[in-house]
Amino acid sequence: MLVTVEIRSFPGARRPDRTRRVDADGVGIAVHEWGKETDPVVFLVHGGSDFGRTFDVFAGIIADAGWRAVAWDHRGHGDSDYSALYSWDADIRDALAVMTSTTSSPAPVIAHSKGGALMMQLTEASSYRISCMVNIDGMPSKRRMPDVPDHDQSRLLAGEIGSWLDFRHETTTAYRKPGTLEELARRRAKMNPRLSIEWLEYLVTVGARHDEDGWRWKLDPTMRFGGFGPWRPEWSALRMVSLPVPFLGLLGTEDEPMGWGARARDVLPWIPQGGRLEVLDGVGHFIHIEEPETVSRMVLEFIS
Amino acid sequence: MSVTHLQHNRVSLALHRVKSGEGRALLLLHGLGEDAKNMSRLAVDWIGPVWALDFTGHGESTVPRGGGYSAEILMADVDIVLRHIGEATILGRGLGGYVAFLIAGARPQLVKGAVIIDGPGLAGGAIQVTSSSEISVAARTGQTPDPWALIELSRDARPPNYAVTFVRLATSGSSLDEPIAVACKVNPPWVEAISAEPGVVTGVSMQEALDMYAAL
Repeated sequence: MLVTVEIRSFPGARRPDRTRRVDADGVGIAVHEWGKETDPVVFLVHGGSDFGRTFDVFAGIIADAGWRAVAWDHRGHGDSDYSALYSWDADIRDALAVMTSTTSSPAPVIAHSKGGALMMQLTEASSYRISCMVNIDGMPSKRRMPDVPDHDQSRLLAGEIGSWLDFRHETTTAYRKPGTLEELARRRAKMNPRLSIEWLEYLVTVGARHDEDGWRWKLDPTMRFGGFGPWRPEWSALRMVSLPVPFLGLLGTEDEPMGWGARARDVLPWIPQGGRLEVLDGVGHFIHIEEPETVSRMVLEFIS
Repeated sequence: MSVTHLQHNRVSLALHRVKSGEGRALLLLHGLGEDAKNMSRLAVDWIGPVWALDFTGHGESTVPRGGGYSAEILMADVDIVLRHIGEATILGRGLGGYVAFLIAGARPQLVKGAVIIDGPGLAGGAIQVTSSSEISVAARTGQTPDPWALIELSRDARPPNYAVTFVRLATSGSSLDEPIAVACKVNPPWVEAISAEPGVVTGVSMQEALDMYAAL
């Protein structure tokens, strides 16, 4: 039984003007829109463990500038369906389903973190869908644990694989631990230490559900981030350099747990021809949340 | 064949008992687009119990909505089975050979020999970044094999250095000197890479490899 949701406000945050669902081959994807339906479309893509409503401030600014800002919750995130399987390609196909449901014309995409890497692959594969791209700290570098010797890397990998397999056994009964609104915000603060507690508490009210025994993040409890696999970060860099659309990359200078650790010197060689990279001093991984006015001004100038 | 259903997250996995017996189990893993029935028709000589798994999206196992397959998820299917049947020798055909090899690296104490034989899906996809193609629709009928499994598992990346890492995990964690046997004639880059590693037997037939592991 659901309990009445306690709504909190946050300066500048606003609910989407419209919400809808898209069927992505049987997986229901929740779509959130800000701005007039007749305005030109811009897609906003969130990162891993986030959800569309994390754009509640940023999307409002973009919409007020005359755009129809369209965000969605990736499968297993926010209000989208849980799935048995999660993969990079599946996320890209879900994105294509949302885009197809919105417009048949190429549109700008503003994508954060994992969303940025996803959109680089989508843009390379289906460049006719995208008119230009803003990538907010979703540009991986070729650096990986340079101070760990090979034999230790293997040992670390063995631990990761064993731990991941053990977790797969638990997925059948996995559930999210409930807590108070404030507790959930504090848990998230460990991964988002630069964001204000007021913002994180606001996010609880739009990204968590309120059950009888407390609040729970909506994120599928069977999902686990990090881990192992054949994918290499440099593959995204190789895709980035050949992107066929105008490109703006944004990086902050401050490391934090959800960041990718990319530095300007790592990324610059892979910026596509004609593209540009902007570095914002004193800002972390969630650049558009920390500095919504500055970022929206740069982005609007670019996509317009 | 009798069937046991094991739960892996939201997927019900069909595990078929092909034959009863005493001693260590032999687990059969099918190729891409195949199922346990294909494997049960293989002429294998094994004294212990023989089981055959239908991977996620294949045979009598659940077809998930919207795809999202990877060889690593199928490896986790096998880990669910190993918890049920205990330590085993694994014979994998095609895609199943690659998955058998992965789980030999991931659970070296449970896998008493992994034998790789030719079959659909042995090669996999790219070994490095390639031009990408994405499609947003597939014919979804709910029947197996799942078309997303056929698409995604035929192009999953299998870089040689990734495969070599799993060989080293297998050899360093296994009680066997040679925990992996390559009994296939097709030689994609990942097979070529692991064949050059210590702890990998090459130039043997399927039955010779099984006999070698049965004797241990």
